[in-house]
Amino acid sequence: MNMISIKNIHAQIEGKKILNGLSLDVKPGEVHAIMGPNGSGKSTLAAVLAGREDYEVTEGSVDFLGKNLFELAPEERAREGMFLAFQYPIEIPGVSNLNFLKAAIAEQRKHKGLEPLTAREFLNLVAEKSKLVELDGQLANRSVNEGFSGGEKKRNEIFQMAMLAPKLAILDETDSGLDIDALRIVADGVNSLRSPERSFIIITHYQRLLEYIIPDFVHVLYKGRIVKSGTKELALELEEKGYDWIKEEVETANA
Amino acid sequence: MEATIITSPAKEKFLSSLANHKSALLENAPELVSAALASLDELDFPTTRVEDWKYTRTARISNGEWSIIKNRNKIDITPFLIRDLNADVIVFVNGFFSNELSSFSSSEKTSITIGGKHQRETKAFKNIFQALNVAYCTSAVNISVAKNIVAEKPIQILHIVTDEKALAQPFISIHSEKSSQLHILESFVSVGEKKSFTNRSLNITVDENAQLHLDKIQIECDDNFLLNEDNIHIADNGHFTINTLTVDGGWVRNSLNISLDGQNIEANLNGIFLPRRKQFVDNHTKVDHRFPNCNSNELYKGILDDQSTGVFNGKVYVHPDAQKTNAYQSNANILLSNDAQMNTKPELEIYADDVKCSHGTTTGQMDENALFYLKSRGLGDESARKLLSTAFINDVLYKVTNEKVREYVVGELVRRELLFV
Repeated sequence: MNMISIKNIHAQIEGKKILNGLSLDVKPGEVHAIMGPNGSGKSTLAAVLAGREDYEVTEGSVDFLGKNLFELAPEERAREGMFLAFQYPIEIPGVSNLNFLKAAIAEQRKHKGLEPLTAREFLNLVAEKSKLVELDGQLANRSVNEGFSGGEKKRNEIFQMAMLAPKLAILDETDSGLDIDALRIVADGVNSLRSPERSFIIITHYQRLLEYIIPDFVHVLYKGRIVKSGTKELALELEEKGYDWIKEEVETANA
Repeated sequence: MEATIITSPAKEKFLSSLANHKSALLENAPELVSAALASLDELDFPTTRVEDWKYTRTARISNGEWSIIKNRNKIDITPFLIRDLNADVIVFVNGFFSNELSSFSSSEKTSITIGGKHQRETKAFKNIFQALNVAYCTSAVNISVAKNIVAEKPIQILHIVTDEKALAQPFISIHSEKSSQLHILESFVSVGEKKSFTNRSLNITVDENAQLHLDKIQIECDDNFLLNEDNIHIADNGHFTINTLTVDGGWVRNSLNISLDGQNIEANLNGIFLPRRKQFVDNHTKVDHRFPNCNSNELYKGILDDQSTGVFNGKVYVHPDAQKTNAYQSNANILLSNDAQMNTKPELEIYADDVKCSHGTTTGQMDENALFYLKSRGLGDESARKLLSTAFINDVLYKVTNEKVREYVVGELVRRELLFV
């Protein structure tokens, strides 16, 4: 069974068509990288999967673990095991990182019919998972992303991912704006969470991240569709040759 | 100058219902009562054409049927007390001091006297409500903390309204003598959801180097009207903080006037208000910087739902002599519904040239990006909204420095499903 099966989705924002018949199947344990030039629809894909209301899906379907994804509210998608690491994590002054996560985990466990974690169990989990991304205990205690550096914000995303232990994690340009040390920490965190039951969709503009997180498949998104798929070698080819040759291939095929 | 006598059917009717009542201030402040009665000839209920009442309709008060009602029934006040606070408690029922329900010890250090000498500095009355309060006062109390005394216990002043049509007009004086310290908590509650009008006057004098902290907690019902007139005078090196926490109530107006009558004074005024349904909450504040080297900090936050209305009018007046003034004012509001309305107006009048003054007001909706972020982690819509509301007013809640008082207020907010815990 597929973890997620995306079939021919078309999506638009404010009347502007962004996704034009995108299809993708991801099986449990697989890591899929989605690459593509700016404006190809990468972040729209992440937003549509996570359930942002600004985007209107006009055609197509997504099956997530046997459920129609579009019938689920964003919070229900999260409780079913989907996680989106934001390209631009939101700062929420006054909301403590830990209280927020405690509430999120409590709702997730309630959804599964489980009792909430005890204070001790929760704090043990925090201690264990914050180590994964070398997140300072102080950061975990502060307001959500408030005053965090770019790298700290991205590490906080991976920390939250580790805490929530999703089945499908979508990383939206998690590597953007990271220096090499932060990139390595984030990648190590992600790699430690790889398992045969957990799948990843990694959206990135650059091949660099894929040197640290080795994908099973690489797809190229252009004009809202996947125009080329391959293995990790495709990412290297893109790094070397850029995106122009892909664009040319597509234009020629369309001509 | 001849006084103009103003008559109107509403005023005549209102006054006729009070005619048999003698002001509780008559014995100890006969001249003040005479002045109030004389002012009543010249004053009438304000209309929205008066700038100070532009967004504040008083017709339901002026046209309402009211009477002075003593209630001698036993009332269980435990739900209105703060657990483990161990405060002296002064209780008013329908504006009348209740000896049976109150429990306090009065001493030379901290004296609490009923009908004692008053602290109102002026005999001028700016509006009809002030004059009504004095002319037909239901009970007066004077609280005084002596020189150099740090009051051991906080004092809770508890106002309860219980009867349909009750008009409560308590008059409270507080005198913090030189270098004293006192924490006062004033709460307004109602039992039985009966229509009533509380027109309460508070007059505070903070002497040199004294510190007074006042937490005002308003938790009435949709049928209650509540008008607070707070006049505060602070002397050199005085320190005054007031937190106005409007949790519930149908119609609330707080008129807060702080006069900084010396140097090196610090005045902090903070507030939260969370009206919903058709509730109305109005905060009119004035900070009068009259001398150099004083600080005032003002922070009011509102969350308005349904068809509720809020008003914030914050005046800061810096006199020519008040150099080196630091005056900060902020009012931020969130509208949770398209039908909620907020009228906010900062007014800074600065006549000194070496000052730091700032003001800012914002009124907006809940941050959709933040909501989506929280939901994307599994929080439901309700929880996410409450979590953001909590975050929004948290900084004001923490101005309530007494943990037990803060917990009580948070508890009342949570009980009304307004906050997330």
